[in-house]
Amino acid sequence: MSNIPEQREPPVVLLVEDNLGDVRLAREAFRDVNGSIHLHLASDGIEAMAFLQKQGVYVDAPRPDLIVLDLNLPKMNGREVLAQIKGDTSLKMIPTVVLSSSETDADVLISYQLQANCYLRKPAQWDAFVGMVRSINAFWLTNTRLPPKTLNG
Amino acid sequence: MPLQVLLVEDSPGDARLTEVAFRAADETIVLHVTADGVEAMAFLRHEGVHLGSPRPDLILLDLNLPKMDGREVLTHIKEDDSLKLIPTVILTTSIAESDILRSYELQANCYLSKPVQLDAFDELVRSINDFWLTKVKLPQQMQS
Repeated sequence: MSNIPEQREPPVVLLVEDNLGDVRLAREAFRDVNGSIHLHLASDGIEAMAFLQKQGVYVDAPRPDLIVLDLNLPKMNGREVLAQIKGDTSLKMIPTVVLSSSETDADVLISYQLQANCYLRKPAQWDAFVGMVRSINAFWLTNTRLPPKTLNG
Repeated sequence: MPLQVLLVEDSPGDARLTEVAFRAADETIVLHVTADGVEAMAFLRHEGVHLGSPRPDLILLDLNLPKMDGREVLTHIKEDDSLKLIPTVILTTSIAESDILRSYELQANCYLSKPVQLDAFDELVRSINDFWLTKVKLPQQMQS
């Protein structure tokens, strides 16, 4: 038996991604890899923050167990979203994984400076993309102990 | 350049298990072990006997350590503009929610509980290697 922590509820993942093609890939990949995941989508940085802060239409949004964040987003880019998440005493505990097509050293460095939990390069091809989602699921939603949600809802 | 991993672990048995598991996962990885929090900080700051120490690509940090515990080490790492870039993974026997929460508040990159059984331990080290040392883009090695 591997070391699988008890997950009492299905994992909630917030995907922040504006590219419709990538959203579709991600939805299919997550469904293939782990059908129990509740995947929520925000297509720009402002929407992502509204979801996380339960504002407006997102008043009843669930708190994510994991955030998967693209960097290149309209309205508010991923770096700014990351800075806001990690600057918020309630949100900063949520593991935030940058998944970006950028491989520039500057983007990687800034992400870690802003305390992204890790940086992953978004593969272009389907098989590799599914493999990446599989790794995210295997590591973050299976092996890792996630922060409890009880205090902050 | 071979990847450098710093393991901060006071149990010699667990340190040995980790060493063997990493070697099995990828024999090019160089694993450094410090057995308490003070030595860990000296290693990271290249002080004293650790003057020529390499900058780790990944830190595996136990919480319950002599001299300076892992929570304090984590705080020091994440308060340092250079050290905070190094992914720091908590690897501990504690499954207390308060420890998990506190570690993430202090910006630990992730929290793993140490399995008791040997094959589960090996599997965990394999998954650490597969994710953090293969898939993840690490910040480029800088002079620290």
